[in-house]
Amino acid sequence: MKQNSRARVLGRIRQALLDAPPSPEPARDYLTAHTPDDKAVILDLLHENLADYRANVHRTTETDLPALVAELLDRHGAQTIAVPPGLPVAWLSETTAQQHHDTDSLLTPHELDTTHAVITSCALAIAETGTIVLDSGPGQGRRALTLVPDLHICVVRAKDQVVGSVPQALPRLDPTRPQTWISGPSATSDIELDRVEGVHGPRRLDVVIVTR
Amino acid sequence: MSGTFIGMPAFPKAAHEAVRDATLRANLRHATHTIRDKRAVAVAELADWAELREAGKQIKTETLRNLDTYLVQLEEAVTAAGGTVHWAADAAEANRIVTELVKATGESEVVKVKSMATQEIGLNEALEAEGIRAYETDLAELIVQLGEDRPSHILVPAIHRNRGEIRDIFRDTMGRWGRPAPEGLSDSPAELAEAARLHLREKFLRAKVGISGANFMVAETGTLVVVESEGNGRMCLTLPETLISVVGIEKVVPTWRDLEVFLQTLPRSSTAERMNPYTSTWTGTTDGDGPSAFHLVLLDNGRTDALADEVGRQALRCIRCSACLNVCPVYERAGGHAYGSVYPGPIGAILTPQLRGTTSEVDASLPYASSLCGACYDVCPVAIDIPEVLVHLREKVAEEGGKGHRLEKAAIKASTWVLDHPGVLSAGERIASATRKLHPRKLPGPGARQWTESRDLPDMPAEPFRDWWKKNRT
Ligand code: SF4
Repeated sequence: MKQNSRARVLGRIRQALLDAPPSPEPARDYLTAHTPDDKAVILDLLHENLADYRANVHRTTETDLPALVAELLDRHGAQTIAVPPGLPVAWLSETTAQQHHDTDSLLTPHELDTTHAVITSCALAIAETGTIVLDSGPGQGRRALTLVPDLHICVVRAKDQVVGSVPQALPRLDPTRPQTWISGPSATSDIELDRVEGVHGPRRLDVVIVTR
Repeated sequence: MSGTFIGMPAFPKAAHEAVRDATLRANLRHATHTIRDKRAVAVAELADWAELREAGKQIKTETLRNLDTYLVQLEEAVTAAGGTVHWAADAAEANRIVTELVKATGESEVVKVKSMATQEIGLNEALEAEGIRAYETDLAELIVQLGEDRPSHILVPAIHRNRGEIRDIFRDTMGRWGRPAPEGLSDSPAELAEAARLHLREKFLRAKVGISGANFMVAETGTLVVVESEGNGRMCLTLPETLISVVGIEKVVPTWRDLEVFLQTLPRSSTAERMNPYTSTWTGTTDGDGPSAFHLVLLDNGRTDALADEVGRQALRCIRCSACLNVCPVYERAGGHAYGSVYPGPIGAILTPQLRGTTSEVDASLPYASSLCGACYDVCPVAIDIPEVLVHLREKVAEEGGKGHRLEKAAIKASTWVLDHPGVLSAGERIASATRKLHPRKLPGPGARQWTESRDLPDMPAEPFRDWWKKNRT
């Protein structure tokens, strides 16, 4: 049955295309980026676009990061935090929040549901669209980690994790890894087009840009 | 293609109909105008929009030209990455495959992320018949499902419901399917969204099977892409043990790099955002991250018929952004339900008759439900020349029908409706643009002569398209 339909669909496609003219290689006359190749400009744009889509954006240094993380967790009243494997230990050195490490025995969906926050690094960030990309690399963990808790703190390294545009981002990403592109917190406009934040994903997204 | 809405959706009692229609039209107008204006701003941000649009068109055209090759490549890549690929020639076969896959898991409920392909094949109904409950998790789809209603817009399917109605639906029906709406639920959108979050979360957390569509499938890598806003997609794609994705064969793109075009044009065309809140990509299965079983059901269901039509095949480039709906003067007045299928608006008018054929009156009439103003072509991010396809399909209907034929009658009725609503025509004239290659001077088919006449009549139709349709269909 399955084989039959495969042959049938492919046969129909070939039949349908018998008279079709050959199609040239697509022209790619569009821009690689819409932003000048200037680190400071790109960083400001990332900041601006993240904030425009209602992420809370902070800038800090490597040294001050642990204090800021502790403060953000406090500010949101988060007493428990999910921690992906490979997250630098120092980042959580100043918080008193209880840490749930997603290591050998993975946290269940219900355990994640009762965890207030999650902190991750990222694969990269895209300035023009205000997007952070997670690819489950070190310090990011599996996809469910950043989905179920209500607060997501994401740390972006300005030095080498920020690109200007989508065309600049894709070649740096490995499609075999599961990815989540995040542009602001979850949102809906389904009710009379009124925008409401935080439907199913984290209701708050705090992006910390570490500069130096 | 099943799921024909002939007889039209079961709207509440006749007594309320007039009111409901006023609500529907007002909501629709507000929605389409708001999104349309925002889209223009989002598009204007990109100086190379025309080039992105042209690239999108060419990538899709080249893909369709070599569709067999790319599908085989996709199948190999998905299989190599741990997924299983199924081929479904039609809706019945796709439903059977999915039903069997769900049954094999031993589960009797699934969570679903909004997917036009599964609506097109009537999957929920097919599962229901086998004792499997499919929970829609998109907020709008939840509203539609709980209200036992039909979606009316690709992007905002519950746009015909206002907040008070949604509150009532939640209050009256949520308890039947799971966690009831909170006591004293108000009609504020934030509270309604919160009620949906609580209601659905318990379903996500216990879900063992998720069902999705996909916006793109990358042939070279076997990667699937889902673009969304709410996070329900991530829930369905990530938390269950088994994931089943039902995707039309035209959704394939050759390379990972090709996404650089569509991930720029789709969000801006669709929700008028620089980027939608969440985009998920996955390739087969990944140990310790997400579902351990992944099934991809490749769906034909009439697409190869469209592919065989040298003019009509361009409709398969569609990336379902819904921009064409929001600029369409006919859609704005007729509403999404009038199109009699899951694909409303201009894209529905050219896609549905090709997927289903034009042998039924409703499908034969669709190519006539247009003033050919060309606004849809101007906004289309893959440059589908919708008016060109409409004219072409009119010719086909005329050939199939002939004078005095029931199809011709259906066509005349649709044309007459457009002609009787000069708001449609004048709006069309207002936004008709000089960029179109093709403005047919002479229209084939019935009603052609009257097209050049302009009349000055009220903006809103005396009766909604669907009422008219009910009364007039044979
Ligand atoms: S036809 Fe074009 S504008 Fe309409 S939904 Fe499809 S891609 Fe968008």
